[in-house]
Amino acid sequence: MILPPRMRPVVAAFAGTMLFAWIVGQQELWASVLGSLFPESARPVYPAATVAELTMQHLRLVGISSGLTLLVGIPLGMWVTRPSGADFREIVSAAVDFGQTFPPVAVLALMMPILGFGLWPAVVALFLYGMFPVVSNTVAGLEAVPRTVIDAARGMGMDRARILFTVEMPLAARIIMAGVRTSVVINIGTATVAAAVGAGGLGDPIIGGISVQNMAYVLQGATAAALLAVVADGLLAGAERLLTPRGLEA
Amino acid sequence: MITLRDVTKRYGEVTAVDGVSFEVPSGEVCVLIGPSGCGKTTTLRMINRLIEPTSGSIEIDGQDVMSVRPEELRRHIGYVIQSVGLFPHLTVAENVATVPKLLGWERRRYEPKVRELLGIVGLPPAEYADKYPRQLSGGQAQRVGVARALVADPPLLLMDEPFGAVDPLTRERLQAEFVRIQRELKKTVIFVTHDVDEAIKLADRIALMRSGNLEQYDTPETLLDHPASKFVHDFMGSDRALKRLGRARVANVMRTVESTTGGARSVVAEACGGSRFVYLTDERGVLEGWVDCKVLDAGTPPEEAGTTVDWHEAAVHPETTLKDALSRMLGFGFRNVAVVDADGRLVGEVSLAAIEGTMADADTHIANLEEGEVLGAIPEESPAERDELT
Repeated sequence: MILPPRMRPVVAAFAGTMLFAWIVGQQELWASVLGSLFPESARPVYPAATVAELTMQHLRLVGISSGLTLLVGIPLGMWVTRPSGADFREIVSAAVDFGQTFPPVAVLALMMPILGFGLWPAVVALFLYGMFPVVSNTVAGLEAVPRTVIDAARGMGMDRARILFTVEMPLAARIIMAGVRTSVVINIGTATVAAAVGAGGLGDPIIGGISVQNMAYVLQGATAAALLAVVADGLLAGAERLLTPRGLEA
Repeated sequence: MITLRDVTKRYGEVTAVDGVSFEVPSGEVCVLIGPSGCGKTTTLRMINRLIEPTSGSIEIDGQDVMSVRPEELRRHIGYVIQSVGLFPHLTVAENVATVPKLLGWERRRYEPKVRELLGIVGLPPAEYADKYPRQLSGGQAQRVGVARALVADPPLLLMDEPFGAVDPLTRERLQAEFVRIQRELKKTVIFVTHDVDEAIKLADRIALMRSGNLEQYDTPETLLDHPASKFVHDFMGSDRALKRLGRARVANVMRTVESTTGGARSVVAEACGGSRFVYLTDERGVLEGWVDCKVLDAGTPPEEAGTTVDWHEAAVHPETTLKDALSRMLGFGFRNVAVVDADGRLVGEVSLAAIEGTMADADTHIANLEEGEVLGAIPEESPAERDELT
C-alpha cells in the first residue's frame, strides 16, 4: 500500500511513539544498558520510580502547562490581531518576550512561597516560559493572511468571526502549529528543572543524580527526556502537516 | 437601479469623495474612471458599505443601503476585485459556493449553480471544480472570482479593476467574455478602472471622476464627442476615431466563411470554391488553421498548403471590439481574421475592409466635429481575398 504524502509523517511519528512507549516500559533494559555503561556503579538505575512512572509524571506536567499555554496563548494572539485588541499588542508581545527570557528556575523560586511545593509552581513557570513561540507565531500567522483575501471575504458578506475561524485560522494553521511545536519541545526539556520543587518527572533522576554524584541517573533522565522530546516533535510535525489545508501544500 | 445622492467621504481633513450624485439604471454597466486618487474605488466601496459614507445616501432599487446590516447587504451584491482574493485553502468549487453557503442554501441547491457558473465563465467544472487556487493562472483565477460573485444571482455587481492584473491578451479575452456574460445575465454593474479603452469597450455609461468630484457622467460616445471640460477631453485621449472603434463589435461586421475538416486534395479543393483561402477546422468545428488554395492548385499537398494556428491567439470573438480586431490584424499582418466562439468553433471572419467601412463613418463624424484626427494609415482599397499586408 502506498501512503498519501501527507500521511507519511503521521504514520512515522506514530511508529516512533510505539517504539518509545516500549523502550520506556523496559525497566530491565535500562538497567542492563546503564549497568554496562557505568560498570563501577552499584546502582546504575534510579531506584525511587521506574522510567515509565517518571515519564508519566513528566507528561502530566508538560500536558498541563503546555495545554494552558495553548489555551491562553492562541486566543491571546488572535485577540491582539483584532481591532479590539490591537492597542494591547505591544504590551502582550513584550510580556511574552519577558516570559521567555526570565529564567524558569527563578520563576520556580518566586512561585514557591505562593503556591508551595509540588506540581503547581512548576506549571506556572513552564506555562509562562512556553508562551512566546505560541503567541508570536499566532500573530505572525494571522498577519501573513493576504489582506485581499480578507477584503474579498468581507465583500461577500462574511462577518468578522466567520472570517477569523473559516479563513484566517485555517490559513494561519501551519505557522501557528510550528509555534506550538517549538513551545512543547522546549517545555519537555525545561520541565526537568521542575523536579527541584518536587514536581517529579524525568528531572528527578537528573537532580537526584547530581546530588548523589551518580551520573548514571543523570544520563537516564536526560536520555528519556530527549527521546520524549523527539517523539513529541514528530507527532506535532504530523499534526502540523494534517492541519495544513491541502490548498496550501506545495 | 442604483442611486447615489450627494455622497461624500471625508478622512479627517481630506475629502476623498465630494458630493457625488449619479444614477445607474438596472441592467446597465457604469464604469467609474479617473486618475488614481480620484475617489472611484472609495465610491464603489461605499455602495456595499466596505466604506461608510460621511454623508449622502445610496439606494439600491429604492432601498437605502444604510437600512440593511452590512453583511446581509453584501451577500446580495457581487464583488470582484483586482487581486481576486480567492481563498487559497478552498477548492474552486468551494470558493464559488461561499455566498450560497452564507445565505444558508442547501448543497443540492447550490451545487448545480456552482457548476453552471463555472461553465459560464469558461472553466469546465469536471476539470476545474476540485482544483486549488494555486493551480490556476491569473486569468483562470479571475474567472473563478467572477463566478463566485455571480453564483447567488445578485442583481448588482461591483467590480474593482477586475482585469487589471492579467496580461493584455488575457484581459482582452476576459473583457470579451464579460460582454458576452453581461448580455446574457443583464446585471447592473459598477466597474472601476483607470483604463480608458476598457471603459469605452464595456460601459453603457462612464462616470469620469477627478479629485473626489464627478466631472462628467454620460455615454462613452458623448464623453468622446462632447467632453464637458478640457480635463475630460484630455483624459479620454486624442485618438478618438480609434477609440470609437472600441465601441463596435466584430459581431456587427463579420461575414460567414467556408471551412473544411481537410483531408484529401479533392475535398479541400472543393471547399476552396473560388476563394483564395479556406479555413480548416476539426470535426467539432474548432478552428485549426487555413489552406492557401492557390498553393494547393499549384500541386502542393494539402498538408503543406495549410497554416496551423492556435485559435486562442489567431482568432477573435464576436464580442471582440473592432479596435482589438484591427490591432490583431496589424499584429499578424493579415487583412482578415477568423471569428470563433468561446470554444474555438469557427463562426466567421472579419475583414479589414469591413472595419474600414465603419472607420469611414467615424471619420466623417469626426470631421464634422473638429478638424484633423483622420487616420491615414489604412489603405484605400482592400482586396476581397486574404493577403499579407506587407
